[in-house]
Amino acid sequence: MRKDVSSLSFLEKIKQQKLLLLMLVPGLLLTFVFRYIPMYGVLIAFKDYNPLKGVMGSDWVGFSEFIKFLSSPNFGVLLSNTLKLSVYGLLLGFLPPIILAVMLNQLLSDKAKKRIQLVLYAPNFISVVVIVGMIFLFFSVGGPVNAILGMFGIEANFLTDPDFFRPLYILSGIWQGMGWASTLYTATLVNVDTSLVEAAKLDGANIFQRIWHIDLPALKPVMVIQFILAAGGIMNVGYEKAFLMQTSLNLTSSEIISTYVYKIGLVSGDYSYSTAVGLFNALINIILLIAVNKVVKRINDGQGL
Amino acid sequence: MNTQMYTKFDKRMLIVNKILLAFLVLITVVPMGYILIASFMDPQALVSKGISFDPKDWTIEGYERVFSDKSILRGFLNSLFYSFAFAFITVAVSVMTAYPLSRKDLVGRKWVNAFLVFTMFFGGGLVPTYLLVKDLGMLNTVWAIIIPGAVNVWNIILARTYFQGIPDELVEAAVIDGANEFQIFWKIMLPLAKPIMFVLFLYAFVGQWNSYFDAMIYIKDPDLEPLQLVLRKILIQSEPAKDMIGAQAAMNEMKRIAEMIKYATIVISSLPLIVMYPFFQKYFDKGIMAGSLKG
Repeated sequence: MRKDVSSLSFLEKIKQQKLLLLMLVPGLLLTFVFRYIPMYGVLIAFKDYNPLKGVMGSDWVGFSEFIKFLSSPNFGVLLSNTLKLSVYGLLLGFLPPIILAVMLNQLLSDKAKKRIQLVLYAPNFISVVVIVGMIFLFFSVGGPVNAILGMFGIEANFLTDPDFFRPLYILSGIWQGMGWASTLYTATLVNVDTSLVEAAKLDGANIFQRIWHIDLPALKPVMVIQFILAAGGIMNVGYEKAFLMQTSLNLTSSEIISTYVYKIGLVSGDYSYSTAVGLFNALINIILLIAVNKVVKRINDGQGL
Repeated sequence: MNTQMYTKFDKRMLIVNKILLAFLVLITVVPMGYILIASFMDPQALVSKGISFDPKDWTIEGYERVFSDKSILRGFLNSLFYSFAFAFITVAVSVMTAYPLSRKDLVGRKWVNAFLVFTMFFGGGLVPTYLLVKDLGMLNTVWAIIIPGAVNVWNIILARTYFQGIPDELVEAAVIDGANEFQIFWKIMLPLAKPIMFVLFLYAFVGQWNSYFDAMIYIKDPDLEPLQLVLRKILIQSEPAKDMIGAQAAMNEMKRIAEMIKYATIVISSLPLIVMYPFFQKYFDKGIMAGSLKG
């Protein structure tokens, strides 16, 4: 048995566990430096940051950067672009992986199921840069999609028309992520008791009734967690992809808060303003997470995250 | 399961199901297959005729041009190094932090947990993090890519949960033999934790391999660029490296080459992961399942 440490004094405990505590040092040090020091750096959102004076030496300006953002003409557009992109993305992208998992679960051959999964997973391993590169190739004016549409006499400027930004962004996201996201649900369905299914068949339940009354209730807990997690990330839409998909002509719908933060902060060098906008974004995100968790708890018999 | 139990209606629906799944597979395969075939085609023929199987329209010029410039290879090697280094550091730091936290008798365990978990909900954001990296003198060095993101609380939680599942009896024998805490960790815990370490390694590796954003803001020196930044220039900004185009190409010739190179570049850069991942499939699945557990 290990020595019982509960009877020792605090200092003795530390001495006893010094090796364990020493092992914590790299992780805690890195967390402190790269997670906590930037939190202190957030103070520049309330200051007129001057790199020569540092964070502490710069002059306080209170909430003026926030007011500047909230009253700027960009604010409404940015907020609505961000919300539309992520809310539509969540609504359209949430169900396909679940439906796919239910469909795969109905296959009688495990081998066929494995093979289909292997193919559907593949796009997940393509990088953002390449995905956006593929979108550009397929949907450009001389590209294959327009060639097919041309046969019906239709032509669309997918890449420069702001109206096409969101559909392209969201549908390509579903194309890439659906297979991968279904794994969690497929694994849950594998654990469903087969005797339940057989009993339902004997009772004359058809395939849709079995899915509705057996599969979906089994999936519900996972769905709830996935939904809360997705909703909690609503303000953190994949800026890496949105940024790459931006062309000078589609900015009216493709400029979202996080890409704006990057541009004003690191491209134009307006550090204080950029930090204020980023902080605003983070706050909305936390509020949303709490709100969604509350709503889900209410409709899900008190079960939240 | 047996099929006898299915009614006629069910059997019909199962056929519809198969057709829909086949359609999904087609939708997934066609775009990737198109890129692969297009990479071997003359761009003019591709635009005028679409995919053609006439050998006259085929060429490997795209691949020749991509390989005539060293930027892709350099980016590839850089990415290989970044991904290995990043994954190694991530795994090392995660297990070293996770093991003590898996011990219920650790002094100050609650405080350390709170200290870590808080960072999951709140962070400094883009500019403060950038300014920190800059002040540390890490700008334009490999450190900016492999260090700041290396500690991830999620990874620590996964590893901690794994360690908690290892039975205590294994440790007790070692304690009787006089092993100290570090020896227990090194000789007993780490060998047992190989599966979770491999899962964390794979996820960190692929994540780093496919990311471009950090490198875009921290790295200015072309010699340090990871593959994804090179790809961004070619695919998104349509600015292929000089050697790929050749010395004196006319405007429209340049455009033709820039288009051709894109297909070959996508194939060269994406094929390794797509070919490799089926071999690691079961580990990726494990990661997804482990990640679904509530912290």
